Amino acid sequence: MALREGALRLNLLANNRNFYKFTSFVGVRSLSNNVSSKPVTSSAIETASDHLIYTQEHFALKESLRKIIDQEINPHVDQWEAEGTFPAHKVFKILGSAGFLGVNKPVEYGGLGLDFSYSVAVSEELGNIRCGGIPMAIGVQTDMATPALARFGSDELKKEFLLPSIMGDKVACLGVSEVGAGSDVSSIMTKAVREGDEYVINGGKMWTTNGTQADWICLLANTSDGPPHRNKSLICLPMNLPGVQIARKIEKLGMWSSDTAEVFFDDVRVPCKNIIGQEGMGFTYQMLQFQEERLWAVANVLTTMDIIIQETIQYTRQRKIFKQPVLYHQSVHFRLAELQTEIELLRALLHSATALYIKGNDVTKLASMAKLKGGRLAREVADSCLQYWGGMGFTSDVLVSRFYRDSRLISIGGGADEVMLGIICKYMDTLPKK
Amino acid sequence: MSGRVLVGVKRVIDYAVKIRVKPDNSSVVTDGVKHSMNPFCEIAVEEAVKMKEKKFIKEVVVVSCGPQQAQETIRTALAMGADRGIHVDVTGKDYDNLGPLQVSKIMAALAKKEEAQLVILGKQAIDDDCNQTGQMTAALLDWPQGTFASEVTLEGDKMKVVREIDGGLETIKINTPAVITADLRLNTPRYATLPNIMKAKKKKIDKVKPADLGVDITSRLEVLRVDEPPHREAGVKLETVADLVDKLKEAGTI
Repeated sequence: MALREGALRLNLLANNRNFYKFTSFVGVRSLSNNVSSKPVTSSAIETASDHLIYTQEHFALKESLRKIIDQEINPHVDQWEAEGTFPAHKVFKILGSAGFLGVNKPVEYGGLGLDFSYSVAVSEELGNIRCGGIPMAIGVQTDMATPALARFGSDELKKEFLLPSIMGDKVACLGVSEVGAGSDVSSIMTKAVREGDEYVINGGKMWTTNGTQADWICLLANTSDGPPHRNKSLICLPMNLPGVQIARKIEKLGMWSSDTAEVFFDDVRVPCKNIIGQEGMGFTYQMLQFQEERLWAVANVLTTMDIIIQETIQYTRQRKIFKQPVLYHQSVHFRLAELQTEIELLRALLHSATALYIKGNDVTKLASMAKLKGGRLAREVADSCLQYWGGMGFTSDVLVSRFYRDSRLISIGGGADEVMLGIICKYMDTLPKK
Repeated sequence: MSGRVLVGVKRVIDYAVKIRVKPDNSSVVTDGVKHSMNPFCEIAVEEAVKMKEKKFIKEVVVVSCGPQQAQETIRTALAMGADRGIHVDVTGKDYDNLGPLQVSKIMAALAKKEEAQLVILGKQAIDDDCNQTGQMTAALLDWPQGTFASEVTLEGDKMKVVREIDGGLETIKINTPAVITADLRLNTPRYATLPNIMKAKKKKIDKVKPADLGVDITSRLEVLRVDEPPHREAGVKLETVADLVDKLKEAGTI
């Protein structure tokens, strides 16, 4: 066993990798007693043969991605959170070179052409990143700014924008939400007026993840005067065009390592061929990928919730209060059991929705339910666990406080709770009749 | 020269897992515990794949001894760039008692059967820390060995190996065929990229039994007991050196 510690230590010295050390509260101990930086989650299933959606390849994918996260991402998270941004080009290039940015994208453009269950596996594994900002940024690149382009874009457009995004050479961002339109996508005001061979774009976008470093934006704009669900188009817009202005980087409650921009478009000219698919279909195209976006978000937060519970168990096991570990108090271990139960329930919903989806079924209702639950459960887990960390939970030194801040966004972004509820009610036929 | 390299990989409990001893003190808990490829075996695979990329050798064959799960470890090596795998099926009590001597006999038999030019192993496994398989394999084959290798260079039909030893570094030149054991600084193993993980699915893994290779895997060792390391007792802070000397005298240590 001695070599295990030695190997770990030598690994640190020889290769200059700084694994996030959880030692700050437990003091200096021999490594065999040390809580590792990767708590083994209780939900790991050893055999691929029994899993509902995952095969050996999925597990191999997760293992490889985990190595990249542990060696290239996690050691820098604290620094990037403090700086309020992360080097997207560098990180995306590493992920792109390993094939993780084009999992369900067409093979002709550097993707792997695999089904959505592989994207879910990637998302689950990204939950091991010790913040919410970076997985979110990656998710925008892989499953928000690029799906419509992959499905409906012209070959020329895909070569210019999709291929480099999959390779990790270009950073993408999504321009849908505006200052005056978030949940109500149909009321966006950004206009693209046709002038000959070009569109002239005026307006602005808000909440643009990756916005300060993106090479291109997948922009939803009004391209005609028709009915609001049929007059919008998606346009691939290079961010370095004259008239594109990154007005500011938004200071947020959480997701600090993800740069979020407010962008203005002032008479920006772009060739008409940069439109994705058919003019007027932009709204529909964007809607089509909502099921995937929502399941992706849930997959991500499940892993992080597991980690928070495990770290809370480890902390409360060694933290003594009134002569016994905090964990030994029934209210604590019972509450953690309740939370873990709900996490498993949500995981079951995610996997069964994914299984149905990859067989070609529409899972809008289930995906919306999962997203709704994901956002709310994350808040509960963060809040309950933070309480058990006591004063330490309130400091910036621990993951639980970062998770508390980061997870609050889930109920808001990517489809607010209220929108999810509206969708579920539509399926339940309980909405007021017009 | 066949241009074939044999690489041995071992499936061990993941280095980040907290090890627990079974209540009957017979061994450690392995059920439901995360396993992965021994880190030194990863380095061995990486070295072999690098040699193939530089066209020094033609084929990388990966070997693992154990139950069905050993195939997962082989697949990881295939995803890193190895060409094919050999799963030596050993299960149950035989697997529990499988040690360096048995594995070396198997590796030696396979090296002969596959006409390997080179056998690369990790210097030791992180579960038993034996550091014997490479040396024993070389002895059984009567081949030269370059152990604790931190640098390996092929020079015609010889090999230059820089070894990490207690006093520093030792450079030796050995004939091939030979056995190399990989040390930490030999290389940095690559990430298995997703395209290679998917390609690995199509690569072949042959399954054999030790008996098929004419190897007797009876163990000559019997594990009597496994215990956890003693818990570190709390220390005492002392004010002066004189106090320290007194305490040490009290404890009878000086």
